[in-house]
Amino acid sequence: MNEIPALVRVFSYLSLLTIGGGMAAFPALKNEVVNIHQWLTEAALIHLYSVGQMAPGPNMMMVASIGEKVAGPLGSLVVVLAFFVPTALITFGVGRLWNKLEGWPWRDSIKKGLGPVSVGLVLAGSITLARGALFNWYAAAIAVAVFVILMRTSRINPAFLMLGGALIGAVAFGGMA
Amino acid sequence: MSDATSAPRDVTVPQIFWEFLLIGATSFGGGVVAYLRSSLVGKRQWIDDKTFVEFLSIGQTLPGLNATNMAVLVGDRLRGTLGAIAAVTAICLPGALLMFAAGVAYGVHGDRPAVTAILHGVAAAATGLVFALTVQLGRKSLERAGDLVFVVATAAAVDLLHFKVPYVLLAVGAIAIWWHRPRSAPAQAGEP
Repeated sequence: MNEIPALVRVFSYLSLLTIGGGMAAFPALKNEVVNIHQWLTEAALIHLYSVGQMAPGPNMMMVASIGEKVAGPLGSLVVVLAFFVPTALITFGVGRLWNKLEGWPWRDSIKKGLGPVSVGLVLAGSITLARGALFNWYAAAIAVAVFVILMRTSRINPAFLMLGGALIGAVAFGGMA
Repeated sequence: MSDATSAPRDVTVPQIFWEFLLIGATSFGGGVVAYLRSSLVGKRQWIDDKTFVEFLSIGQTLPGLNATNMAVLVGDRLRGTLGAIAAVTAICLPGALLMFAAGVAYGVHGDRPAVTAILHGVAAAATGLVFALTVQLGRKSLERAGDLVFVVATAAAVDLLHFKVPYVLLAVGAIAIWWHRPRSAPAQAGEP
């Protein structure tokens, strides 16, 4: 129960880092959840994050599973609210302001300047995930295969590639204890 | 002029809730933005494509996920505050319930070797996916070759030097915005 305030603090903080997408917050998510608060092991975080990539809807709904692990249904609810309400309020406010800023020359500068920074944050998140997920050559081969397929065609739903990864994983990693 | 025509006033809050709930429940495999576009611009014609792209560029600049930011902006445009609340709640609900259930299941079965093996495979595939998404985002948001410096600086500061993300955001962000500052030549930044 007494983890609730910490959940609110951590996830509303993480919420503000999701510039460019949920992946941008992943390095800080790992640091807070695994290193500082030790709510999950790194393997568990990576597993839940990856399963979350298959779920429908906004791609960070996996935070609900972290809340569940720490404090049950209430924890789940608290985490989802903490993670989504702050940015929803910001977007709501700025969205109404945005049109009024039409002639303001810095508006375009902010957009263009934050573009590469958000790509960098998402790249950092991807590298953090790769460090934990690619623990042997088989895993690296699966990742490279998925990457190459997605680069070559946009007509395949990534959820099917995740399922393919699950099948290969069951065979390739099945013998590991 | 274009502003007034792009918001049909007859859309009700329950309609908004239902449409975003559908999107939230069916958008498997990420890429929610594509689902949003085909539903809101195509099927329902609640907003036009120009508005959609404009909202997307606002949503990408601000913190928050594209999908939820889009829900807030479209909901607000259609039915004000209530519309925004309905849209964002509905798009999150299915995935949140599913991942809550996944969390419970993981707690019960996560330690089984077969489950672990499968999840290792999913995680490896997810890694390939996020790198592909990173490249796609880069293609969309990088304008000049010089922008790559900011990409590398940001990633290195977070991943190698382990600086706190907000500091990196403020420092590199400020420099990058300055780099893209409005040029003093009286070029009109407004509409053509």
